[in-house]
Amino acid sequence: LGSTLIEKIWRRHEVAVLPDGASLLYIDRVLLHERTGSIALKSLAEAGRVVHAPDQALVCMDHIIDTFPGRTDETLMPGGTAFIRETRASAVAAGIDILDIGDPRQGIVHVASPELGIAQPGVTLVCPDSHTCTQGALGALAWGIGSSDAEHALATQTLVVRKPKMMRVRFEGDLQSGVTAKDMILHLIGRHGAGGGAGHAVEFAGAAVEALSIEARMTLCNMAVEFAAWTGIIAPDAKTVDYLRDKPFAPNTAQWPAALADWEALRSDPDAVFDAELVIDAADIAPTVTWGVSPQHAVAIDGATPDPSQQPDANVRTAMERALVYMGLEAGQALEGLSIDAAFIGSCTNSRLSDLRAAAAVLRGRKVAAGLRAVCVPGSTQVKAAAEAEGLDVIFRDAGFEWREAGCSMCFFAGGEHFAAQQRVVSTTNRNFENRQGPGVRSHLASPATVAASAVAGRIADVRKLQGA
Amino acid sequence: MEKFVRLTAVAASLIRANIDTDAIIPSREMKAVAKTGLADGLFADWRYSDVAGRVENPDFVLNKTATRGAQILLSGPNFGCGSSREHAVWALHEYGVRAIIAPSFGAIFQGNCVRNGLLPIVLPEAVVASLAVQDQANSAPAMLTVDLAEQVVVGPDGARHGFAIEPSDRLMLLEGLDAVGLTLQRLAVIRAFEVDHKQARPWLFARPAAHSPGTTR
Repeated sequence: LGSTLIEKIWRRHEVAVLPDGASLLYIDRVLLHERTGSIALKSLAEAGRVVHAPDQALVCMDHIIDTFPGRTDETLMPGGTAFIRETRASAVAAGIDILDIGDPRQGIVHVASPELGIAQPGVTLVCPDSHTCTQGALGALAWGIGSSDAEHALATQTLVVRKPKMMRVRFEGDLQSGVTAKDMILHLIGRHGAGGGAGHAVEFAGAAVEALSIEARMTLCNMAVEFAAWTGIIAPDAKTVDYLRDKPFAPNTAQWPAALADWEALRSDPDAVFDAELVIDAADIAPTVTWGVSPQHAVAIDGATPDPSQQPDANVRTAMERALVYMGLEAGQALEGLSIDAAFIGSCTNSRLSDLRAAAAVLRGRKVAAGLRAVCVPGSTQVKAAAEAEGLDVIFRDAGFEWREAGCSMCFFAGGEHFAAQQRVVSTTNRNFENRQGPGVRSHLASPATVAASAVAGRIADVRKLQGA
Repeated sequence: MEKFVRLTAVAASLIRANIDTDAIIPSREMKAVAKTGLADGLFADWRYSDVAGRVENPDFVLNKTATRGAQILLSGPNFGCGSSREHAVWALHEYGVRAIIAPSFGAIFQGNCVRNGLLPIVLPEAVVASLAVQDQANSAPAMLTVDLAEQVVVGPDGARHGFAIEPSDRLMLLEGLDAVGLTLQRLAVIRAFEVDHKQARPWLFARPAAHSPGTTR
């Protein structure tokens, strides 16, 4: 029988099979950020242990740093300065390179790493951050871990891991115009649930996935964790190779041919066995938006909130009712046309150049609705510079958006900047959990184009109608 | 790491699906680069009616007399989904929780539990529900026994529910082992693998000059 892509990468990194059947996997890359990497570095040092391969680790400042122009170590988050400075000091002491404030390479770890060529086909890459699965878009085996496992990876360059079950999710056919990778992943989670991928590593495949750009593939893989998958991955192809060419950490000229030959084998065999397979017709996907407090609370833009009274399961019913109350919505209420207070474009899900271009295409020559707060936070300093080079910042500013420095920003509330309680926010981020973007904040997840269209309308809007107008 | 062998304790029911780590420990409650000082922020948004003033919400299960300080939690599927923050486990542990019984767990959270002496037990939804019903029915606190050595949960009615757990996770918890220390014993094997890996794929280990963004090869 053949092997899946993940099994192939797994075998290449299997240092040993342990007595209970778990694998000791070699870890090529350990990425850290100041939120959860800080404690891993500190705890490791306190235990008197050293970092095995500092050159294979990298620290990104992204979670706590402010995104205001002229930012320093001082942040609005109480205690944030200590996180930044302790992380920096630990990284320097351990000899680990830092993408720090002011460094042109700085950015959200899952944006900066791919654009530097750190994520590559066939590597094992971990980070104490659940959205590490984003980097599977490059054909890397990349997964999120806790801080203790980060310590383990730093100290031993390995992790003890049990091979997850294998799932393939095939998006077949073509996407409709105005439908994006964000809509694909929201559609998947909406249909199969926030626990739909539990226990499985998911390989995304099919014509609609192959048709996606590398950046869009990152959006798709980003929310694999919201599907409860162990990670997500997409087989590398010619687009992956083109993307990586000339990236600073990519194989050099002398190594390039051998690397290409190596990557050629990185695809699931035709007779590979998957424990589960889901097939979705890409043409069935509409621009998708969430109504509730879990990514599984997702419906087509022309859909409505569900009716809890129709739910036979008491727990499901209660959860739905709770979500509706939190969101200030009623059963059967239409999403399209719902008045909003704010719009946010950013996060490791949707803050890359193509995301900003998609939003700017909607915003060009338009203004956000009166009284609406609109914020755009590029995913990296490189993205910001590239966007400015083609004038996107002017489009965002002219439309009424704030234009920020790169970072995670208001994807989550850490005691600093946030939207106001009960405010309704349409956001390109990945989590609509209760209080995620601030106490009482009501988040609706959507694509950059949907967020831009909604910002202009002042209501949740179908971008296809706006463009047609 | 603290060992987990056997525990008889009060169980608190928080039967909701998809309780995420943001809910377990809101980001703003992670105030320092530390694994401690987190219990006070556990479930802060649900536990307090006024979070800043720390005014307790009397309806929240951990604020009720019978279940305050419960060492066992009963919950819904996908408990601990979301953010990888190990602070969620540190907060639960510091509060006193030593075992969580749920139909399924977020993968990263489940691993984090085992690294910190906290036992995640997977039992079918119906079994968890039956344990929770017994809990709610009694005004006196429901006592559960969790026995890792025997791999069994004993309900207040004496019913025994066996559970599965990975052998290495079980051993790690029973013995309170240090995972990093164990793996470091294999460092020679790791180094030998590393030499071969570098030879097969040297580009993985190449580094560009520091602080040279965008340099072409």
